[in-house]
Amino acid sequence: MSTASQQFLTFVRKEFAHVLRDRKTLLILFGLPVVQIIIFGFALTNEVKNSRILIVDNARDEISAEIISKLEASRYFDLERGQHTNQQIGQVFKEGKIKLAVVFPADFSGALLHFNYAPLQVIADASDPNSANTLTNYLANIVSDYQLEKFGGQKIPLQIGTEVRMLYNPQLKGAHNFVPGVMALVLMLVCVMMTAVSIVREKELGTMEILLVSPFRPELVILSKAVPYLILSLVNVTSILLLSVFVLDLPVKGSLFLLFAESTLFIITCLSLGLFISVRAQTQQTAMLISLMGMLLPTLLFSGFMFPIENMPKILQYFSNAVPAKWYYIIVKAIMIKGLGFPAIWRETLILLGITIFFLTVTLKNFKIRLT
Amino acid sequence: MEVVIQTDRLTKRFGDFTAVDEISFDVRRGEIFGFLGANGAGKTTAMRMLIGLSKPSSGKAAIAGFDVYRETEKIKKNIGYMSQKFSLYEDLTVMENIRFFGGIYGLSGKFLRDKSESLVEKLGLQSERKKLVRSIPLGWKQKLSFSVAVLHNPKIVFLDEPTGGVDPVTRRQFWDLIYAETLRGMTVFVTTHYMDEAEYCNRLSIMVDGKIKALGSPPHLRKEFAAASMNEVFFKLARDAERGGGLKP
Amino acid sequence: MRTVRFLLDKEFRQIFRNKTLLIIILMVPVVQLTILPLAANYEVKNIHLTVVNHDNSHYAQRLITKITASGYFQLTTLERSFEEAFESIESDRSDLVLEIPRHFERNLVRENHQKLFVAVNAINGVKAGLGAAYLNAIVRDYNQEIRHSWFQTTGFSQPPAIDVIPSNWYNPNMRYQLFMVPGILAILVTMVGGYLTALNIVKEKETGTIEQINVTPIRKHHFILGKLIPFWILGLVTFTMGLLVGWLVYGVMPVGSIVLLYLFAAVYLLPVLGLGLLISTYTDTQQQAMFVSFFFVMIFILMSGLFTSIESMPGWAQIISRLNPVTYFIDVMRMVVLKGSGLRDILPHIGAVVLFGIFFNIWAIINYKKTS
Repeated sequence: MSTASQQFLTFVRKEFAHVLRDRKTLLILFGLPVVQIIIFGFALTNEVKNSRILIVDNARDEISAEIISKLEASRYFDLERGQHTNQQIGQVFKEGKIKLAVVFPADFSGALLHFNYAPLQVIADASDPNSANTLTNYLANIVSDYQLEKFGGQKIPLQIGTEVRMLYNPQLKGAHNFVPGVMALVLMLVCVMMTAVSIVREKELGTMEILLVSPFRPELVILSKAVPYLILSLVNVTSILLLSVFVLDLPVKGSLFLLFAESTLFIITCLSLGLFISVRAQTQQTAMLISLMGMLLPTLLFSGFMFPIENMPKILQYFSNAVPAKWYYIIVKAIMIKGLGFPAIWRETLILLGITIFFLTVTLKNFKIRLT
Repeated sequence: MEVVIQTDRLTKRFGDFTAVDEISFDVRRGEIFGFLGANGAGKTTAMRMLIGLSKPSSGKAAIAGFDVYRETEKIKKNIGYMSQKFSLYEDLTVMENIRFFGGIYGLSGKFLRDKSESLVEKLGLQSERKKLVRSIPLGWKQKLSFSVAVLHNPKIVFLDEPTGGVDPVTRRQFWDLIYAETLRGMTVFVTTHYMDEAEYCNRLSIMVDGKIKALGSPPHLRKEFAAASMNEVFFKLARDAERGGGLKP
Repeated sequence: MRTVRFLLDKEFRQIFRNKTLLIIILMVPVVQLTILPLAANYEVKNIHLTVVNHDNSHYAQRLITKITASGYFQLTTLERSFEEAFESIESDRSDLVLEIPRHFERNLVRENHQKLFVAVNAINGVKAGLGAAYLNAIVRDYNQEIRHSWFQTTGFSQPPAIDVIPSNWYNPNMRYQLFMVPGILAILVTMVGGYLTALNIVKEKETGTIEQINVTPIRKHHFILGKLIPFWILGLVTFTMGLLVGWLVYGVMPVGSIVLLYLFAAVYLLPVLGLGLLISTYTDTQQQAMFVSFFFVMIFILMSGLFTSIESMPGWAQIISRLNPVTYFIDVMRMVVLKGSGLRDILPHIGAVVLFGIFFNIWAIINYKKTS
């Protein structure tokens, strides 16, 4: 074994000792991703259901009753009935209890049968535009289906139907989107936090001088800090995948090996980013706040699993390209959910590689500057 | 002679590890009492019980007449403490540290201002008063830390390894400071693993493996152990020790 | 109480002397609040659509034109077979495939019904759901159109039509930012209050100055007050800046009372600071405090209803979100800012937050021991 690699191993062993000795942190580092994946895998969904809506039935006739029972049966809505005026509806919105109000006019059936036309007022609390949109759409669909059913006796010509097939995730389960998403998010943030503190901590405690004065090559010093966390993170990836398959019912469709290889790359990318922060920050507190406050929300938003990136202004779309989590999210989806192979993700892999090399280079350069 | 520290079989256990094993001793007013022993012998643990930072597992102790189990807050009003790490706020200036700790101990207004001024003068730190503590040399930090500990004129001051890392000249100057306080009636309880500092104490105890293996004045102990110096006294005791190392001659 | 004054004096000197910290606390929320709401957008537009058109009829062409004219969809490709179209979904070039069968127009007129085939990439439930819904709506609309003209030309009477008339209150332009800005501000205030408290106290543990404090006769609750008050003030400063940014950049003017907002924010910070305090009593190093805080903040953000709806979560997850103080803050922010809710409307929220505040702070105070 050459001296360089012997030195390296010595450092790695020292770093491992540090990490393993800190029981509390270990507990958090292993437990955190596990707990979060379970919670978010089960709890997060983009579906809108069980929304409380208010029915103001001024008609109280057969047709309104039939429509109301259809709404009742739908799992999108939780019905509440009342005789509210518009002002009272406003009050109920203000209390935050109701998201939508449906108002049947007094002569609903009559108008329909005599004039072939009746309006149905749907008032949405658009302070939550997403909810308002979705719920209004659901309602319109149910009413339209009802119309076809009820009046379909009179032959309605030219019926165009649509047959919709949901690919990869037929039940629209949140897990398919959120497990890869949360995986990318949590892994990135945890990895960055782990290494962000490592170098700057030694700076603060004063032990950095000892290392710098030694004949050891600075690159080895830095890289040795990342190694224990790399192993740790791979263990985390394993536990996340195990949970995903056995608890969340989300299997890995593609190659497990490829998934691990890509995860390793991604972990290294994030660890490098952390090292970069660590070299630039003067205090632990700064490094931590950069990771905790500076990166949390942006990573969440720019990784693309919560909000589609295509909807963002162009500048932000360009910016999101610099966020490693965004690429990893695409890669995990491709391998885990779609079952694709390397040819489908070589571009994303290359980008991650590029980002890694960038951060490592800049880190080493900065570290050397500190030395002189 | 008034007894200001009294312990009776004071013990501290952590699980099945007994750090401090039934130590009993007295300290009288105005004394410089040395608490010697190797690293790991239990000195700091014992001190922490006396100053109310740690609750004893068994045994009795009274500081300035107050019980360490039930009256820790009263103890704290009457003592000063200087920790191994000096425990000053690195991001505050010399003056700010003095005023802060003075204020915590109940000094205020003009009295605090005057005391702070005279302290800064006494230490020769006038030109450094607005400097951040992190930028002053170790020797000054040490003196400042001690002065802050006795700012409120406590009955007893506890010093935990106060002279670590400073040169012999600075160490001597530091002990001059300590003497000055005892002349004014203050009792000093100091732990150290420097054997030559043992000679500065009126009486001392040597802890080995959590127990007190020697107790008395330096001449007394030299006679008892038929040794020419405190160093020798310690070597004779440490031969059978299981814990610790790092005693400095 | 005098001791508290000395403590506050010391804390504020330390805070103001720490330039990097100040920049982070003041700049990060401002920058994030300015940029992130632009990214947080569920508005559906630019859904990438691939069309496989086996029928070159007039009807098919009109349908495609209508779809692309809607603004929701972006026609990326026209493929000749479904397999090719499927590939575009695999490679993420399109989100949706619409297949128009052969002889569509001819069969529709002859047999009075035809089916269109839609395949959706359902990994991201939102895009999938809304995309399919919009497509359905457009097809339905189109159906009405051709049926209407058919009725005109043939003279048959139309079946009764129920006209769903939607109206959107409080946010008639359906601006997503109005929804997101208050929510994101709530998160940022939480971070500032929580992180800073936890990290600050643990730092004193690490440097040993807390021991020096514990040896003094200082009362436990004075010390705690001396720690909480500065960060409470900082939290409110962040809140103020956030309101200003919201107003200047996004034109968010609270409909309700600003005083009420401040009142709630002031009360809300208590459990947040208390939790930070609690974390500091359980951790020994800043690093540990960082990971534990991260864990909680992640759960707070994702389970708060900020990005995904709470009612759609499984029962146990809803309980978690009810135990999450951030949920209440986001709720109140949205209610007061967008709908003008009043004191009585948010009384339950205030109550919940007060309870949390008492719980966390008392637990933390009990835990904080001057003597161990």
